[in-house]
Amino acid sequence: MSAATPSVVIVDDHRIFRTGVKAELGELVEVLGEAETVEDAVREIAEREPDVVLLDVHMPGGGGVEVIGQVAKQRPQQRFLALSVSDDPQDVIAIVRAGARGYVTKTITGEELADAVRRVRDGDAVFSPRLAGFVLDAFAGDLPAEEVDPELDQLTPREREVLRQIARGYMYKEIAHRLSISVKTVEAHVSSVLRKLQLSSRHELSRWAVSRRLVD
Amino acid sequence: MLGGVCAGIADRYGVDPLLPRVGLVVITIGSSGIAALGYLLAWAVIPVAGEAPARRRGRARGRRGSWRIAFGVALLSLSLLLVFRELGVWWSDKLVWPLTLACFGVALLWSLSRPEPEEADEAEAPEPAAEPGERARRMSRAGFGISLVVAAALISLWANGVLDAAGDAALAALVVTLAIALISAPLWWGLLRRLSAERAARIRSQERAELGAHLHDSVLQTLAVMQRRVDDPAEVAKLARRQERELRSWLGGSPPARPSERLADALRSAAEEVEETHGALVDAVVVGDAPLDERLGALVAATREALTNAAKFAAEGGPVRLYAEIEEGTARVYVDDRGPGFDPERVPADRRGLRESIIGRMGRHGGTAEVRSAPGSGTEIELSMEAAE
Repeated sequence: MSAATPSVVIVDDHRIFRTGVKAELGELVEVLGEAETVEDAVREIAEREPDVVLLDVHMPGGGGVEVIGQVAKQRPQQRFLALSVSDDPQDVIAIVRAGARGYVTKTITGEELADAVRRVRDGDAVFSPRLAGFVLDAFAGDLPAEEVDPELDQLTPREREVLRQIARGYMYKEIAHRLSISVKTVEAHVSSVLRKLQLSSRHELSRWAVSRRLVD
Repeated sequence: MLGGVCAGIADRYGVDPLLPRVGLVVITIGSSGIAALGYLLAWAVIPVAGEAPARRRGRARGRRGSWRIAFGVALLSLSLLLVFRELGVWWSDKLVWPLTLACFGVALLWSLSRPEPEEADEAEAPEPAAEPGERARRMSRAGFGISLVVAAALISLWANGVLDAAGDAALAALVVTLAIALISAPLWWGLLRRLSAERAARIRSQERAELGAHLHDSVLQTLAVMQRRVDDPAEVAKLARRQERELRSWLGGSPPARPSERLADALRSAAEEVEETHGALVDAVVVGDAPLDERLGALVAATREALTNAAKFAAEGGPVRLYAEIEEGTARVYVDDRGPGFDPERVPADRRGLRESIIGRMGRHGGTAEVRSAPGSGTEIELSMEAAE
């Protein structure tokens, strides 16, 4: 984990919110630029080359998913962290599947956000308790054995346990301590879950919330 | 040149209007006129779709086009009939000319009955008073159209010698009925479309009124209360959070929560209740769901008690966390806080909350409760109960 201050570009269509985030991040993170439309964001990111892009889910002109899609063509290594008021599981799952390395809600404190930015910069995944809950929900239930790609469509018991701890609100360090594993291992589990979430073809994944509501 | 369909297509795909027009003529001749029918269909259907740009074009072209359109349709039908005759179908002169005339009249009436842009935009902008001159022109055009159709009917009757032969009264009645149907069809059509446009506008305004009422009763009230409580940050935060939750569920359009029937909803509503009563933040994450029964009801009651304890004694350590998962026939609830913690062995006997309302209650209903805490390290409570999935 490198110690240098990570740099970000903030993409959000609400100026007041961008200003607030900037103020909260203070010295912890270097804010290289801001953008409020998809085009601005794509240009700004290409120009400033930030470590991490803080990305709103909902924006006019396609939202965060569109920004990721366009930037990834020129800068496939660019890292994104979704930051949103939306806790609609479909939105959240969609942006993570598009390529965001994590999702945090806008009520997060400046310090926690800076920590999340650092993690994403270092290539780790950042799951909020809510996202962990969504993922557990999305991977819950058994599929017919012949339809399952165990590499991608199922979580290992250990991954499940780590997610459960995140959903209960514990930090990576606490989780490592509680499960008697190293922080690196916790990070590895979370990254593996992120990969499965992005690549799994479990059909309902993007629409699971709807079906889940209809099922009962 | 006719209904503007070619121009529309050309406009849409950015090519010269001449291209699709020439293409149309070629196709028409090639397919013995079937394409012409397609053209008429497109002309009738495209404006029905109500595309905004189409409307704007309609306005620009104005009503002056109706003559040209009608004339074009007449020529088109004439050519169609001639093509058929060329192919050896039985059309005689006696039929061709009256039919062409009738087509002219009908097209004129139809073009008048198409909804005007002003009418379509009624909901957004109040309609400027219709100029009397325009109305008169419309009336005269409609009259001309009607007389054309009537004339066509009479000519066809006369040409076929039906007028003399009283015995063919049935055929005469048929032709007259047909003429009347042709004349009145556009009127009915226009009336129907106007009705549906009005209904849509009414629904829109109803929705707007409902939205306004909702925002007034909820968000505006809360904002007003918050302004009066600026000296109490905790209260303001609580109000904001409650309002946020309420607005979210309203916007999300999710089915109304059924805390008396579903476990997930019951747990979430318990978290909200505790949050409201004790002013502490409660973050709830629930995975899975199950129908509520007596045992799960006890689980909810125990959860509420655990949350209340955490909110009362541990709120300064950050939000109280509730995580529940219902999987494989078991419901597990975790209540975690970062409060001061305590030694579970040394809870005074008179503190009935933990012993009775949580551990005792879970035991009585066949579940388990585990409390892990130590001074200085927060508290975790794990509740577990069998659930019928």
